Amino acid sequence: MQLAENKIRVRKGFNINLDGEADRILVDLPESKTYGISPDSFFNLIPKMLVKENAKVKKGSPLFFSKNNPRITFTSPVSGSVTAILRGEKRKIIEVIITSDNKNESETFDTKDYVKLDEKNIKELLLKSGSWPFIRQRPYNTIASPEDNPKSIFVSSFSTLPLSFDYNFCLKDNQDEFQLGVNVLKKLTLGKIFLAIDNTSKGFFDKIENVEKIYVEGPHPAGNSSVHIHNVDPINYGEKIWTVNPEDVVNIGIFFKTGIFSCKRTLAVVGSSVEKPKYYNSSIGTSVKNLIDFSKINYKNSRLVSGDILSGKQVGPDNYIDFYSNTFCAIPEGDKHRFFGWIPFVDNFIPSMHKTSLSWIKSNKKKYKVDTNLNGEERAMVVTGEMEKVFPLDIFPMQLIKACLNQDIERMEALGIYEIIPEDFGLIDYGSTSKIEAQKIIKEGIKLMLKEVG
Amino acid sequence: MKILREIIDKVKGPFQKGEKFEKFAPAVNAFDTFLFVPNHTTKYGSHIRDAVDLKRTMVTVILALLPALIYGIYNTGYQYYYQTGEEFTFLDAFIHGSLKIIPMIIVSYVVGLTIEFGFAVYRGHEVNEGYLVTGLLIPMIMPVDIPLWMVGLSVAFAVFIAKEAFGGTGMNILNPALTARAFAFFAYPTYMSGNKVWVSEANNIDSISGETILGSLAAGQQVNFSTSEMFFGSIPGSIAETSTLWVLAGGLVLILTGVGSWRIILGGFIGASIAGILFNLWGLNELMSFSWINHLFVGGLAFGIIFMATDPVSAAQTVKGKWIYGILVGIFCILIRVFNPAYPEGVMLAILLMNVFAPTIDHYVVEKNINRRKKRWTLNQIKTA
Repeated sequence: MQLAENKIRVRKGFNINLDGEADRILVDLPESKTYGISPDSFFNLIPKMLVKENAKVKKGSPLFFSKNNPRITFTSPVSGSVTAILRGEKRKIIEVIITSDNKNESETFDTKDYVKLDEKNIKELLLKSGSWPFIRQRPYNTIASPEDNPKSIFVSSFSTLPLSFDYNFCLKDNQDEFQLGVNVLKKLTLGKIFLAIDNTSKGFFDKIENVEKIYVEGPHPAGNSSVHIHNVDPINYGEKIWTVNPEDVVNIGIFFKTGIFSCKRTLAVVGSSVEKPKYYNSSIGTSVKNLIDFSKINYKNSRLVSGDILSGKQVGPDNYIDFYSNTFCAIPEGDKHRFFGWIPFVDNFIPSMHKTSLSWIKSNKKKYKVDTNLNGEERAMVVTGEMEKVFPLDIFPMQLIKACLNQDIERMEALGIYEIIPEDFGLIDYGSTSKIEAQKIIKEGIKLMLKEVG
Repeated sequence: MKILREIIDKVKGPFQKGEKFEKFAPAVNAFDTFLFVPNHTTKYGSHIRDAVDLKRTMVTVILALLPALIYGIYNTGYQYYYQTGEEFTFLDAFIHGSLKIIPMIIVSYVVGLTIEFGFAVYRGHEVNEGYLVTGLLIPMIMPVDIPLWMVGLSVAFAVFIAKEAFGGTGMNILNPALTARAFAFFAYPTYMSGNKVWVSEANNIDSISGETILGSLAAGQQVNFSTSEMFFGSIPGSIAETSTLWVLAGGLVLILTGVGSWRIILGGFIGASIAGILFNLWGLNELMSFSWINHLFVGGLAFGIIFMATDPVSAAQTVKGKWIYGILVGIFCILIRVFNPAYPEGVMLAILLMNVFAPTIDHYVVEKNINRRKKRWTLNQIKTA
C-alpha cells in the first residue's frame, strides 16, 4: 500500500525473530589464503575462462567473462595466482580459486575525472574493472546488460530478513563513497535512483542526495526491492530496472575514487551455531574456512549458509562466500525425529506464522533457536490463502507458482513473473503447510522465461 | 522414545530405497510419520521451515469437529429415548448413540484409508492427511440408521470418483464428504429422506416419528420446536449437524487457528440471512415465512458452511473469490430449500453447486488482476511511443 508521496507501509508479511543476531561490533577478518569466485553466484551466467591455472593475476585482473555478453568480465578480488579451476559435470566451471601472494598488487584504472565522464566511458570502466556485476537487472535478477538504459535504479538500504544485516551500521564510515557511487550510477539512467530507507531508523541514508527517497515500514519482505519497485515504479513488459546492493554502491564509489577495483564485503556472521555473532570486514570471495576458524563457528552438524537463511546457498568449509552475500549463517542441522510433533499447539519452541502453534504469543520478543528440520513432509497443495498473507505485491503467488509448474509462459507473464525474483518467495517457502519449494519452482520458471522469451 | 524409534527403523528396513518392498514404503511411512515428525531437513530454498504441516492442519479440523460429534452422539440417544418415552440418563443416551455411530466411523475410515493407501502405493507418493477429516465428516452427515455397507459404498464412491479420479488430494473439484452424501442421497433415497430415518430406530418402532424441521415445513405441517431447541440442537437430523451451538464452537476453533476461512463462513451466513429475510418479506408459503433466523439454525446450514464450504481445495482460492463463494453458498442454500422442498438438503446441494463454480469465480478474480497489469503495460507503451 502506498501512502503519501514515497511512503510505503507493508501490511502483509512476517518477521521471524531468530537467535544469533549479530552484535553491532565490526572486526577485521584476517586475509584469506585462498579466494574463490563461483560463476554460480550469478544467475544464468555461462562463464568463459580468460586465464589458465597457475596464471599470475592482480586485484582487478580479468578471470572470466560472460558468454552471452563478452563485455562483462569478472575480475580477481586479490593479487596472486590462479591455483585451481574446479569443474563439474560437462566441464561446467564451479569455482575459480586464487591463492593470495600478499603483495596487494592491483590493476589501476584512470577514474580521476569521473565527473566529466559520460555514460559510455563510465560503463566501460565498470565493465573493465569487474565492477559491472554489482549491477543487476529486473526482470530476472541477472547481471544488467550494458547495452540497456534502465528506466530507474533501486537501492534498498535495509533488510527485513531474519538475522538481517544492518547497512546503516556497517557503511556508516562510507557515506562519501556511497554518495559518489550514487552520483556515478545516476549517469547510467535517464530516470531516477530510488533509495529505500527504513522509516523507523533512517540513519545516514537520509542524508544522501541525488536520489529519490522512499520510506518503508512493515514486516519482511518490506526490505525487498521487488516491493519498492512494485509500489513506486512498477515494471512493465520490455522495461528494465536495475538494482544495486548498498555495499556495492560503496564499492563503485571507492573504485571511482581510487581507480582500483573495490571488492569490500562486510559479512554478518549469524545464527545459533556461532559463538559470538558479529560483523566482519572482509572481501568478496573469502574462504569459508577462514571465517570458521576466526569466528569460532561450531560447524560440525551445522548448516552453513552463504547468504540469508531464507534463500542463501548451502556451503561447506571448502567453499567460498557467495559474490553478493552480506550474511553468513550457521544453524544446527535438524535431522532429528520429533515424537508426535504434529499435534496442534505442541512444540511451540519452533517459530510459526500459523495459529496452529502457540509460538505467535511470544513471537515479538522471544528469539527462536531454529534448525533445518522440514517439520513435516511434502504434500499436495491444499491450504489456500497462506501465501497471500505474506506476499505484499498485487500478484497471485499460488497461481503464479502453478503457472511455473505448468511451464505456461503466457500465463506466467500475465501473472507478473517480470516483477518478482525467487527471493520474494522466501517466506512462502518457510510458511508452506505442504512444504512446497516455491523459490525453486519460481527459479525454474524464470529460467524457462530466459530461454524462451529472453 | 529412543527404543520405539529403533524398532521403527528396524521394521522400515525392507521398505527402504532399493530394498525388496520399496513400493510399499508410503504405507509404512504413513504410520511412522504418525508417531514421529520425520528427520528430513531442508534441501532447496528456505533453510528453515515453519512448524506447521498438513497433519497439524487436518488434526486441527478434527479437534474442531469433536464438540459437534460428541453432541451428535448424545442427541442420537436423546431423540430415541425422548420419543419412546423411556427414562434415561445422559450416559444411556450417549451409549445408545455411540453404538450407532462409532461403527459408522470405523467403516468410513477403514474403507477410505484402504483406498487412499492403495493409491499412495500405486502412484508412489506419501499418504495425504486429507482423508482423516473426510472420513470423520461422512458419518457425521449421514442419517443414523443408514446400513453400514451403504456408508462403505458411499465412501468408496467419494474417494474413487470425487477425489482420486481427479488426481488425488488437492486436485478434486467437489468436496469428497458431500459427494459421499450426495451419492447415498440419490442412490438410496428411502434411507436418506422421509420421516422415518432421522431418529434412531424410527423404522422399527411405530411410536417414533423422525421428521426433520425442513421436512415438516415442506409437507406444510406445523413445527413444534422452538428457536432455542433449534440452536442447541435437540432436534432430529443428520447425526452431528443439529446443534448450531457446538458447530459454532468448532467454527470458532477453525477461525482462531486460521485453518478455516472466516471469509467463507461469514459470507455464507450473510448470504443465507439476506436470502432468508427477502423470503420472509415475500412469505408465500410455510418455508418462505419460516423465520430467517431459524433458517440459519436448521438443516445443517451452519455445519455445511463451517466444515464443508471451507474445504480449501474445493472452495474458491482467492480472497475476493472466497467472499463471493461464501455468500453464494448461503443464498443458494435458502433458494433450494424454498423453491425445491423435495430437497431439504439445500446446503449440501448449494455447496456442491458452488464447488463446481469456484474455479470460475477464481478465474474472473485472477483475470481482473491480469487485465490490470496488461492495461498498465499498454498505457506505458502509449506514454513512451
